[in-house]
Order: sequence, then structure tokens, then C-alpha cells
Amino acid sequence: MTKTDTTPEKSGNPEAAVPPPGSAHAPAKKPATGHKRLLTKRDRLVLGVMAGLPTVLHVLLVWVTALASILLAFTTWDGIGFDSIKWVGLENFKELFTNNPQFWPAVEHNVVWFVVLILIPTPMGLFLAVQLDKKIRFSRVYQTAFFLPVVLSMAVIGFVWQLVYNPDTGLINSLIGANEPGKYIDWIGDPDLNLWAVLIAASWRHTGYMMILYLAGLKGVDPSLREASSLDGANEWQTFKNVIFPTLRPTNTVVLVVTIIEALRAFDLVFVFNGGAQGTELLSILVTSNIIGESSRIGYGSAIAVVLLLISLVVIIPYLISTFRKERRA
Amino acid sequence: MHLTPSGLAVPGPSRRTLLRGIGGAAALGAGIPLLSACGGSGTAADPKSVTLGSKASDPVPKKAFAEIYAAYKKKSGITVDVNTKDSNTFQEQINSYLQGTPDDVFTWFAGYRMQFFAAKGLASPIDDVWKTIQGNFPEAMQKLSKGEDGKYYFVPLYTYPWALFYRKSVFAEKGYEVPTTWDQLIALCKQMKKDGLTPIAFGDKDAWPALGTFDQINFRKNGYDFHVELMAGKASWTDAKVKSAFDLWAELLPYHQEGAVGRTWQDAAQTLVSKKAGMYLLGTFVAQQFTNKDDLDDLDFFAFPEIDPAYGQDTVEAPTDGFMMSKSPKNKAEAVKLLEFLGTTEAEDIYLKADPSVVHAASGADTSSYTPLQKKAYEMIAGAKSLTQFMDRDSRPDFTSTVMQPSLQKFIRDPKGIDSLLSSIERQKKTIFASS
Repeated sequence: MTKTDTTPEKSGNPEAAVPPPGSAHAPAKKPATGHKRLLTKRDRLVLGVMAGLPTVLHVLLVWVTALASILLAFTTWDGIGFDSIKWVGLENFKELFTNNPQFWPAVEHNVVWFVVLILIPTPMGLFLAVQLDKKIRFSRVYQTAFFLPVVLSMAVIGFVWQLVYNPDTGLINSLIGANEPGKYIDWIGDPDLNLWAVLIAASWRHTGYMMILYLAGLKGVDPSLREASSLDGANEWQTFKNVIFPTLRPTNTVVLVVTIIEALRAFDLVFVFNGGAQGTELLSILVTSNIIGESSRIGYGSAIAVVLLLISLVVIIPYLISTFRKERRA
Repeated sequence: MHLTPSGLAVPGPSRRTLLRGIGGAAALGAGIPLLSACGGSGTAADPKSVTLGSKASDPVPKKAFAEIYAAYKKKSGITVDVNTKDSNTFQEQINSYLQGTPDDVFTWFAGYRMQFFAAKGLASPIDDVWKTIQGNFPEAMQKLSKGEDGKYYFVPLYTYPWALFYRKSVFAEKGYEVPTTWDQLIALCKQMKKDGLTPIAFGDKDAWPALGTFDQINFRKNGYDFHVELMAGKASWTDAKVKSAFDLWAELLPYHQEGAVGRTWQDAAQTLVSKKAGMYLLGTFVAQQFTNKDDLDDLDFFAFPEIDPAYGQDTVEAPTDGFMMSKSPKNKAEAVKLLEFLGTTEAEDIYLKADPSVVHAASGADTSSYTPLQKKAYEMIAGAKSLTQFMDRDSRPDFTSTVMQPSLQKFIRDPKGIDSLLSSIERQKKTIFASS
């Protein structure tokens, strides 16, 4: 749990931001004494607190807890007293892989979540961004309308769409008359439908998110490129395909990473929608339902969290490697 | 919603609750003392006051409890310092709350859920309290208040039965009769279907209502003792007895309201209110959905019909709420006195006056002000040979929430896959019950 949320943000952790003020400050004060006495005592104290405090917090709240989760994954623990922690080796994982009817569906749904987000709302967002970039009339109105869902929290989106999908009184079933016996459509309870119902809600939000990212990317495209391609006689589609889209490469990388993260951390929407019932199981929800509660299975829940962590790492590590490689080249 | 029988399948806890819960879980060891520190009052013991942790956050019960404490203050001069938390949050955090600095007395449920914390040493035995209040309670309630070690840990306050609810006017108009056997029930369902009614309203979105249906069929078919063994993890879910209960359920399922997994119990109750459904199996708190007085007066119920004559209708599912004392109360002497007061009929009378949706746990209660519905509920409980709590109060909550709730939702969708479902339940049960 801790892990998935924090890993992607590692680049933004506070330590990175700390040294500049101190180091930029110091040389101006004591330029003459050489490199040994660059910092006054006060500077060092300030620097120590500014760098030290976040480091301690970071290590405590991110690394210690993450490592504790990994360790706990090999134990059983009901959360009452430390003496009830019992080492069970790989038992939790064995149980998870062979015996938990919700585990494999959950993995599958996380994958489906990613595939759908990348195939439907992402191109939609790109399409909208390209249209808005043309500075059509009322473009700001459209922009706001499409971006509005992104401002809402996923939990709120879950509540809103529940009203649409409610099988008895919801908008859809009331309009098409599918809330009568015989013609009944159970959008929330039917395992063949509910995942798609939730994904439409998720896509509704994701489209706006992608649109803004691409819009920012498109603003960065050099206008002379367009000019050049139109001079060469390219039509609109050719210009987009051969000139504009290739220049959006950095944006595409960001989009890919953001979408992967969205797919892995999918939780709140489903949790308020139907609590991850049959058909909408997700790894994050399994972690929660096992860990939270009056007599929790913390070891078992941690094992699921470790699986989620491993999947996140498989996705994030190649990205980090390629980013660092680029930086080194530059 | 204070009567939600389930502690775990909470219908949409607030986001804050959730995050706090996750925070607690993520912070693990380091987090527990921190987290629970906000639970207790933290101040040094004041001899003139007792602290009490309460999950009664809804307006009606909150006010009703406050009146009890006010009456106690008048009587004894002792202030009850109440620390009320959102009921879902309270239930989710009970674990870390009791390990930290809990209040002297706290509200809780009877059954396995009480025994679990008693066995973990997180509650004080209160045999001395029971020496005083024993005479106030019928034997079934005394039994309910004991931990596995035979000591008392719980003071019951109120209770409410589960039954099949119906509208008198609908039954009168169509000439239906209250069924007392399984065959009569099935025949009635068939007739209702013919008359264009949904025979049994059903909403299982929150995943706990289906546990109640299983309980009823199981103890009618296999008896109270088997129910207890099954809930305690001793009997096997692959036992032919369990299978036969599910077979009966599969027979009744086609008469239930369609699309139950997507519907909340409140929405299901509305179909009974609007006379679209003929019956509804739930606790008496279903009455909360009858906001119109005429509708409420029209509401009635009957016990789940007999299946096996050997057991008849001798078992009643009656979840009971009450109080416990934390492991090392700061003001133990006064906490004991408070519990003695809470165990009197007087305290119960005060509560029931303000919250008429439940009935007394004590015997010899003043039933004169009861509504007909309450009177009937009281008689039903008083006449029961055995009382059960509810699946998630009679069994390990981690088992019921992570295994039984999803499994029963699956069964409702696909009753044919019962054999593989039961063996999956049994396999998972073994690991969970073996873990501690």
C-alpha cells in the first residue's frame, strides 16, 4: 500500500530540494577562507535540520514501513500485540496463489484497467487536445468541461456514477426501462458488467487528464514545424502523423507512466462503487479488506501488498533506467 | 445505520475513515501507539468521572445513550465522559483502540466478537458486576455475556430479532396466510409471483444481508448446535448438512428480488414499503425505512418457517449490543458501578424510550410503552430456546468479511457452482482458523 503510492513520487522527495538554499547561501558569506569553512555553524545547523528532518520522516514513513510490510508478508499477525506475530515463510503466498478465489481476478482486473485506459481515454484525450489546440471558438469552455472530472476526487466520481448506474432508480435503467423484472440490468452487481461500468467512469475522468497533458505537449510544438509541413503540401492528418505526433514523444512517456500508475493504484472509485465485489476485485482492495478491521490478517494483506509492489517495480524500474540513461547522455 | 449487524462490510465508510484506517495499517508497529493515543481521553483519572468510548454516532442512539448517562450522573454524582466516534471508524479501529489507552468502558457487540477481545486480554472480566445484575437477565442473555473462559465480559443493553417482514394490508387483501413450514413458504412465494409481486425483497450490495439468510436456513435445517460449530470453524463447510442448507436456499433464490448484489438493503426495503415486494428477511431495523406512520403501523413480521420439525422455530437470531470494560481502566471502581447501572432495567427503559426500534435485553422490562412490533419482537426473543448473534458476530470477522461475504455474493449470482464454492470456503477457513 505505502509502496505503490510513494514509489512514483520518489523523484519529488524533499531531500532533493534541500541543498540549494544552503549552498547558494554560503559562498557569499565567507568567500575567503577556502573550501574548509564554507558554512557557518548556523548554516550547518539549518542545513542539518532542513535535510535531516525530511530524511528521518522519509526513512520512517516510507522505507521502514515498506520493509516492515515485506517482512510481515512472511508472517501471520492479527495486529494485537507483537508477540502474536508468527513466522510462516511462504505460506501466505502459497495461500494467495492457489487458494484465494479473488486474487487472480484482481490481477486480471488491474491489467484490464491499464489496457482500457491506454486504449480508450488516452487516444480520446489526444483527439480532444488536438481539436482544442486549433483554437476553435469556445475552446476554453470545452477545455473546462472536459477537465472538470479530473478536479473531482475518485470517491466523489464513484458516488456520482452510482446514481447513474443504480439498477433500481439510476438514470440509465430508468431511461431504458431496464429496472423491471425480466428486463433487469444490474450494472453494479453483475460481474460481467460492473467492471466495464466502473471503467467508463474511470475513463470519463482519465480523458480529461490525458487531454490536459497532451494540450501542454502540443503548446510546446514549434509552430514553424507546422508551417514547414504545410509548405511541403502535407494534409492535416499527414502533418499530425509525421510531424506533430513524433514531437510529442516526451509527453507520451509521461502519459504511459501516469496511466500505469492510475491502473495500479485504482481503488477509491471501486471501493465506493461496490467495495470490490465479484467482478471488480482489485489488488489494492484486497490489501485493504485484509488489513483493516477488528481482527485483521495483517500478514496475509501484506503479502498481497508485496505482490502489488513487485508488479509496480517491474513497471517502474525500466522507466527509471531509461530516464537515467537519457540524463547521463545529456 | 447504527444497527448494521456487520462491523466489516460497512456500506461506504467515509473517505477519512478509510484513510485513517490505511494509515494505521501502514504505520504498523510504530503507528499503533500513536493512533490509539487519540482514542483515550489521556487525562489523569478523575475520581468523579468514568470515561466511555462510544460507537453510537447516529443521532437517535447518541441521544438515547446521553440520556442514560445523564440519569446516572443525577443518581450517583459521577460524570460519564463520553468519547463518541463514527461507528464504522470505531469498529475498524477497535483493535488498536483497545491496545492503546482505551476509555474505561466501551460499547460493543455480544458473541464471538466480544469473546475474541476477551480471549486476547483486551477486556476485563466483570464477574463482580454480574453478581449484582444477574437477576435482571434471562439465561440466554447471561450465556451471551460470557467469554470462552466462562467469565463475564459483557453487559447487554438492547437486542433485536431477524425475521420475515410483511405488510398486513397486502396479506389481508390477497388472502395470504403466514407460512409456518418450508413448503408453505414456497407455496406462498409461488402465489405472490403469480400475483405480480416480488415474493422476497433482497439487497446484498453491502454483502452482509445474505449472511442473515444463510443463518436462518442453516439453523432451521441443522439446528443451533450445528450453527455454533460451523461458525466456530469446527464443523466443515463441505459437510452434507451445509450442502443441504444451500440446496434449500437455491430453491428459494428464484423468489428473491432480481439483481440483489447491486442493491443496498435500504433500496430493497423500499420495495416492501411500496408494496412491490411481499416479504423481506431482515432485522427489525427495517422499520427505520418506514418513515410514514401509516406504513409503519402496517408493518408486521413472522419467524422464519420451520424446516426440520426436530428444531422447529426454537432459534432466533437476535444481535445484542452492550458494554465492556477495557483491560486496565483508570477508574475501575467507578467503571464497575457504571456497568452495574447499565445492567439495570432502568437504564434500558431510558434507552428504549428514545430509540424504539429495538427491545430490552433484560427480563422483566417495562413493555407497556412498546409498539406492537416491539412487543412481538420481545416475545419472540423471550420465547426462544437459543439465541444466535449474526454470522459476523458469531464467527471470526476476518473469515466472514474476506471469505463468506464474497462467497455468498457469488452463490447468489450462480447457485449451481455450490460444490466448488463450498470446498473453496473450507480450504480458506482452515488457513484463517489455523492462523491464531
